[in-house]
Amino acid sequence: MTPAITPRILAATAARILRQLTHDPRSIAMLVALPVVLMTFLYFMFDGAQPLISNLLLIMLGIFPLVAMFLITSVAMLRERTSGTLERLMTTPSGKLDLLFGYGISFGIAAAVQGLVAAGCAYWFFSMSTAGSAWLTVLVAILGGLLGMSLGLVSSAFARTEFQAVQMFQIVVIPQSLLCGLFVPRADMATWLHVLSDLMPLTYVVEALQQIGAHAEPSAILWRDAGIVAGCVLLALGLASATLRRRTA
Amino acid sequence: MRVTVDVGSAIDVAALTVRRGGRVVLDSLSCRIAPASVTGLLGPSGSGKTTLMRSIVGVQRIAAGTVSVFGLPAGSPELRARTGYMTQSVSIYDDLTVAENVRYFATVAGAGRTAVARTIDEVGLAGAARQLVHTLSGGQRSRASLACALVGDPELLVLDEPTVGQDPVLREELWDMFHARARAGATVVVSSHVMDEAVRCDRLLLIRDGALLADDTPAGVQAAAGTDDMDAAFLTLIRQSGQEPLGGRERGIDGGADGRADAVTDLAAKAAEQRHTRSDASDTGGRHARGDRQGHGQ
Repeated sequence: MTPAITPRILAATAARILRQLTHDPRSIAMLVALPVVLMTFLYFMFDGAQPLISNLLLIMLGIFPLVAMFLITSVAMLRERTSGTLERLMTTPSGKLDLLFGYGISFGIAAAVQGLVAAGCAYWFFSMSTAGSAWLTVLVAILGGLLGMSLGLVSSAFARTEFQAVQMFQIVVIPQSLLCGLFVPRADMATWLHVLSDLMPLTYVVEALQQIGAHAEPSAILWRDAGIVAGCVLLALGLASATLRRRTA
Repeated sequence: MRVTVDVGSAIDVAALTVRRGGRVVLDSLSCRIAPASVTGLLGPSGSGKTTLMRSIVGVQRIAAGTVSVFGLPAGSPELRARTGYMTQSVSIYDDLTVAENVRYFATVAGAGRTAVARTIDEVGLAGAARQLVHTLSGGQRSRASLACALVGDPELLVLDEPTVGQDPVLREELWDMFHARARAGATVVVSSHVMDEAVRCDRLLLIRDGALLADDTPAGVQAAAGTDDMDAAFLTLIRQSGQEPLGGRERGIDGGADGRADAVTDLAAKAAEQRHTRSDASDTGGRHARGDRQGHGQ
């Protein structure tokens, strides 16, 4: 059998996806600038009151990359399906994992750029403070981006059109954002909402960030949550791989 | 024109049945395609050409029958590095340049860097290599897509309507190139609904309603139909076959008689449309500076 991943093809795929992104400077500008604009709104909505604004921005640093990467990935993957490039790739030596991890690497890099700029602004301009390391904050934000990317890959399999792909956002991302602890602390939720929240991966991104906010040293809960999110990313990539069929009807 | 002597087959399709959306698209179709030759798949739209091509490259789910390529089941991992497939729609990345697209598919196929520029030149896009695909004309886009199939110098080339939208000069060059590839050992399968392209193939497979209507050389088809005109030859063959019983074939929504009538009118319309483009083409032909029009055996 051929290997599941061919380094040459994986690298070429990641480079190709990044190049597609760089040919779209407006998307990059929005990717990088929008979180900063939205954080500015939040900062002035609450008059920069601490510790409220620190807690709020920290949660947003997990939500921004998830939202952005989910939308970009689901549209990009849908285009692979509808334009015929996916069908063509299936006739080449490219494995499914070359394609899926290609998305993972390239959008992971995009999430890193976005996370660095957003976290940098939060710390420097909006006086966000965390007990723990700023680098850990960025790493968890990247993890949030990878989660959005992998969920986008899965949900694009269930969309036939761009309209449907974008609507998937309301099914996959909005409930997670509502229940992750942004609007109401998870401890104050009704039991059934708390259970739902427990089942949603974004919850663990947010909890991990809150752990960085509260503890100077990485806590056990932080590592557990990071592990859960990483596991969800791999699970979603596995599901996405199962939805990629070489032979179609 | 080369006549391929029976030296075994590159592609062996046996009793292939494909259903799509509850409709039989290919009905127990069997054919063999000779290696190192240019085989034309011709037939009206909706006849099953694309489905047969998808089966050969291994991306079509099939209901029954077998397809083998170079002695291996179609779609085998070993075959994928040896296959170049161009889909009917332009299946390349719109937001990349021509060169970036070809380079990507070259790397995936394991082809060398030098192959990229050579292939882009081969399809006549050297001047547009650094242009984004979405800024190209339809014909250029289609040739960029073709370049991505050619770039690994694959032993099997499956090209779905590669000459659609090309002017006569380029069409001529593309057909010469397909034959050059075949002389170099490639098995080239080309679909077309433009009937006067049929004479450029070493062998023709005429498909209609998911069944093989003719498997012969162009000369053989003309002789069987008693006419030199390919349009007329195909219409004659379709009418002849129309009188034969359908053999209890399961039909879908388009019932037997209607389906036949549709196919004939479709083909006649295509022929008329193509005669129209041919007269247009004589106007546009002169605009092309590329003077190296190599004549091709008609």
